[in-house]
Amino acid sequence: MRDDRDHGKGGCPHGVSRRGFLTAVGAGAIGAATLGRAQTPGGPSVAGTAETTKIALRINGRIHPLLVEPRWTLLFVLREKLGLTGTKVGCERGECGACTVLIDGTPRYACMTLAMEAEGHEVTTLEGLMDGEVLGPVQQAFLQEDAFQCGYCTPGQIMAAEGLLRGRQEPTLDEIRAGMSGNLCRCGTYAHIFRAVKKASELKKVAGR
Amino acid sequence: MRDPKLYFIDGAAPESPTPTGTPAPWTETRVVGKALPRVDAYERLSGTAVYPSDVILPDMLFAAVLRCPHAHAKVKAVDVSAAAKLPGFRAVITGETKAADLRWYYTRTVFTKLFDPTCRFEGEAVAAVAAETPQQAWDAVRAISVEYEVLPFVVDERKALEPGAPPVQDGGNRVREPQKYQRGDVAKGFAEADKVLEVSYRTAAEFHTPMELHGCVARWDGQRLTVWESTQGVYPVQQRIATVLEMPLANVRVIGSYMGGGFGSKLQADKYNIIAAVLARLTARPVKLFLTREETFLCVGNRPPAEMRLKAGVKRDGTLTALELTVVGTGGAYPAGGTGLVDWLVRDLYTCPNVRTEATDVYINGGPSRPMRAPGHPQGAWALEQMMDALAEAIGMDPVEFRLKNVPTVSQGNEGQPPYTTTGLTKCLTEGAKAFGWSGARRRPKGDGPVKRGVGMAAGLWIAGDGGPPSTVIVKLFPDGSANLNMGASDIGTGTKTVMAMVVAEELGLPLERIQIENADTGTTEYATASGGSKTVPTESPAVRDAALAVRRQLFEIAAEELKVPASELRIEGDAVVSTKDPKTTKKIADLEGLRRRGLLLGVGTRGPNLEGKVIEPFVAQFCEVEVDTRTGQVWLLRFLSANDSGRVMNRLTYENQVIGGITMGIGLAMTEQRVFDRQTGKVVNRNWHDYKIPTAMDVPAEVTSLPMDIPDPEANTTGSKGLGEPVTIPTAAAVANAVYDAVGVRVTESPISPMRLVALLAARGTRG
Repeated sequence: MRDDRDHGKGGCPHGVSRRGFLTAVGAGAIGAATLGRAQTPGGPSVAGTAETTKIALRINGRIHPLLVEPRWTLLFVLREKLGLTGTKVGCERGECGACTVLIDGTPRYACMTLAMEAEGHEVTTLEGLMDGEVLGPVQQAFLQEDAFQCGYCTPGQIMAAEGLLRGRQEPTLDEIRAGMSGNLCRCGTYAHIFRAVKKASELKKVAGR
Repeated sequence: MRDPKLYFIDGAAPESPTPTGTPAPWTETRVVGKALPRVDAYERLSGTAVYPSDVILPDMLFAAVLRCPHAHAKVKAVDVSAAAKLPGFRAVITGETKAADLRWYYTRTVFTKLFDPTCRFEGEAVAAVAAETPQQAWDAVRAISVEYEVLPFVVDERKALEPGAPPVQDGGNRVREPQKYQRGDVAKGFAEADKVLEVSYRTAAEFHTPMELHGCVARWDGQRLTVWESTQGVYPVQQRIATVLEMPLANVRVIGSYMGGGFGSKLQADKYNIIAAVLARLTARPVKLFLTREETFLCVGNRPPAEMRLKAGVKRDGTLTALELTVVGTGGAYPAGGTGLVDWLVRDLYTCPNVRTEATDVYINGGPSRPMRAPGHPQGAWALEQMMDALAEAIGMDPVEFRLKNVPTVSQGNEGQPPYTTTGLTKCLTEGAKAFGWSGARRRPKGDGPVKRGVGMAAGLWIAGDGGPPSTVIVKLFPDGSANLNMGASDIGTGTKTVMAMVVAEELGLPLERIQIENADTGTTEYATASGGSKTVPTESPAVRDAALAVRRQLFEIAAEELKVPASELRIEGDAVVSTKDPKTTKKIADLEGLRRRGLLLGVGTRGPNLEGKVIEPFVAQFCEVEVDTRTGQVWLLRFLSANDSGRVMNRLTYENQVIGGITMGIGLAMTEQRVFDRQTGKVVNRNWHDYKIPTAMDVPAEVTSLPMDIPDPEANTTGSKGLGEPVTIPTAAAVANAVYDAVGVRVTESPISPMRLVALLAARGTRG
C-alpha cells in the first residue's frame, strides 16, 4: 500500500522515512550491526567520533541546546541525554516502531533519524501529547480499550496513531492497519489497538484536537 | 574458584506459611470479573512508568559485550590494547580478568566460566567493555581483537546424533537417555483400531523477542548491589546474582517494577547481570547494559524446534485406541529442556488407554533455550491436533464431535490418573462451536475461484496454570481507608497488578484509585516466584485475598467496639463498615477512631497448598476461518474465536486481551516465525525483526472473539482462578493448519505455513487454482 505521508508536505526532508528506511542505511543500523566483526585485524578507525556539534532541538515546543556527536540518533539523545524516556528503544534499526515520534507532525522512527537531522524541525514525543497531567485523547483511548499489555511498544503505537489521525480524521480499518503496520506489538494486542484508534478518532473530535 | 553456595530450589516442595483462614469461595462479586482498565494504565500511557531500560543514574557508564561470531570456537587470545586507548573507554573484562573469574551455572551441575574459552554457540560472551557512551562502548568492542580456533559445529538437531557429528559437549550430543512414558499397550491399541495414521510433524524454533531488550542497570553502594532488571521475577534474579558473586541475599537488591515483556525469556538471570555488576565494581560507577536486538536472537533463549512423529489409532465410532509420539528436540548447547512437555497433550488431552511417548533431547551449537509461552505445548498441539483432524476425516466424523467423544474425566498423564478439579473442555468445544457457527461454516462452499475459504479448530490444555505456594503478600490499610498492596510479583503485561487490586477492592470495598501498589522489588516487597507458567493469578490472588481478609478482620474488631456490634455481624459497604442486621448502625472507615490511633492496619497473606489428589488444568478450544490464495500460497486469517476455561474470569478486559495476544503469538508460530541457521557457518541468519517475522497489524484478524466459560473453580484456590496466558496460545497454530487443510486439502505438517511452502505443496498436489 502506498503511503502518501512519505511524500506529503509534512515530510522530514532529512530524516529517513518510515516506509523508505530499507533503502537507506541508518546510523542505528551501523551501530548495531557489529556482531561477528569483532575479530577485524587492527580494529576499525573511529577518528573524530568524540567531536561534538552544537545544535538546538525543538521538542514538544521547547528548545533544547545540545552538544551531540554526529552519529548520535535522535532516539539516543531523547532518552539518554534529555531523559524523555517515554520514547522507547526496541531494535535501533527501524523495524519495530517503539521509538516512533512525530517530526513536523509525521510519524518517524527516532532510531533512524540522527539528532542533527532533527534540527529545525518540530519533534513531538509521547510526553508532548499530555495535557499537563492529563492523558491526551489517543492515550485515553488506549486506556479505555486496553490496547496494550506490557506497554513497551505503546508509546510508539500512540505516536503512530496520533500521526495517522492528524492526517485522517476517520480512518477505515484498512487504513488503521496500514497506519499501524510500522509498529510491532509482541504481546499481540493489535485487535484492541484497532479499536483504540477508532475510539481515539472519536475522542479527538470531541476534544477538538 | 571456590564452590559458591547455591540457592537453586531444584524440585524441593515449595511452601508458604499456612494462610490465616480459608475463606469460602465468592458467591457473587462486586469488583472481580468486571471489565476494568488497568490500574497502571496512566503510568504506561503517559511515559511516567520507569522501565529498567529507562533508568538513568548520575555518572552512569554504558557497557557492551563482545560475543563469539562462530557457532563453535575456542578463544586462544584476546587483545584489548587498542580498545583501551579509545576515547571514553573505562574498563574491559575478559576471561583473563580476575574480577570476572566467576562461574556461570546453566544447571546446578553444569557450569562454565563467565567468559569461557570454549564458545559453544554463536553469541557466547567473550569480553565486555564499559565506556562513557554506548557508541564508545561499541567502538571499544570492535577494537578488541580475538584469536579464535574455529571448531566444527552441528546446528541441526536431526543430525546431532549422526556418526561423526561434532560433539557440542565433552560427553557427546545426548543430553540424557531418551525420556519414555508408557501406559497400556500401544501394539494392542493399534491392532484394535479401524484406522491407523502415522505422520511426521515439525515446528521450527521460535524466538521470544519481547519489545523491551534484555538488560539491566547495576549500581554498587559499598558492599550492596542494586540491579534494575527487565525481568519476570526479581527474586530468581537476586538469587542467581548472589550465588555467582558470593554475596548475602540481603546485599543484592533487584528492582523490576515495570518490564517490557518476556514470554519466558526473562524468568532467570543472565550473564549480562554479572557483567554489568563486575564492570560497575571495577569502575566504581553505575553501569547500564542492554543488549542489542541482534544479541537477543542469539543468547537469551528460544522455543526449541520439535521433530515429531505421531502414530494414532481410532475405531470407526471415534474411540481413540492408541497414540505413539516420538520427538527429537534441542535446548541448544546446554541442558535447557529441548523436548520438555512436548508430549504432554498426547498424554493428557484425550481419553486413550494406550499411549507411548519417547523424547530425545540433544545438544547443538545453538543458543540455549528458555521456556517460551506454554513450553512444549504448541509444538505438541501442532502434531496432535492436526492428527485429530485427519483421524476425524478418516472416519467421517466432525472434528468437534470427534474431540467431544474423547474428552477425559481424569488426568491420564499424571501418576494414578487423578481427576481434574474442573474440566471445561466439553463446554469450550460445544459453546465455542456454537458461537463460531462451526457446522454452518464447515458446510459453506470453498469457493470456485483461486481463493478458497476454510475453517479449522483445535483444542488444548496446559499442564500448569494451577499456581501454588510460595507467595507472601502484604496489604496495608491507612486511616483514611486507602490501601497499599505490597507483593513481589512482576506484572509482565498480563494485568497482574490490576487483578490483585480488584481482589483487595472486593474485600475492603475501596475503589481501585485508592489502592497503591508496590511490586517486584526484592528490597521492599515480599517473596514471589517469577511470573510465568500462567500461574501468577492463581498463585498471588489467593495470597492477596488472605492479606486483605487479615486487614478486614482487624478492621471489624475495631468497628465492633465502636459500633457495639459483634464483629461477625459486620460488612463493608463502600467506604463504611455496616451492621448486617441494621444498616443504620454504620461508621465510615475514615471515622474509626481505633484505626486512626493505630495509624495503619497490616495484613499478611500467604498462598496455601493445592488440593492433594486432584489436578488443576485450564482448557481451551479455538476456531478460525481462513482464505487461501492457491496461486500464491498466501493465507489470510479472517476471524478467530477462543473458548477458554481458566476458572473464574478476574477481569473481563485483561482476560480478553490475553486471548487476543495468545492468538497473535500462535499466528506467528503458524505463519512466519522460524529460526534459520546458515548451513555453511552455523550462524543465525535471521537475527532481526526484518528477517524474523513476527505478526504485525497486517497479519492478524480484526475479529477475535474471547468466549470465557467463567467456571469458578472452588477446589483450585480461594479465588477460583486458573491460568490463562499460556492456554490461549496452545492450539492456535494447529487450528490455522487445520483451516488451511479445510480450504485447500493440503496438510502443512511443518511450520511455518509460508507462502513458499504452501504453494510448493499445492503444486505437488496439482491443485493449483
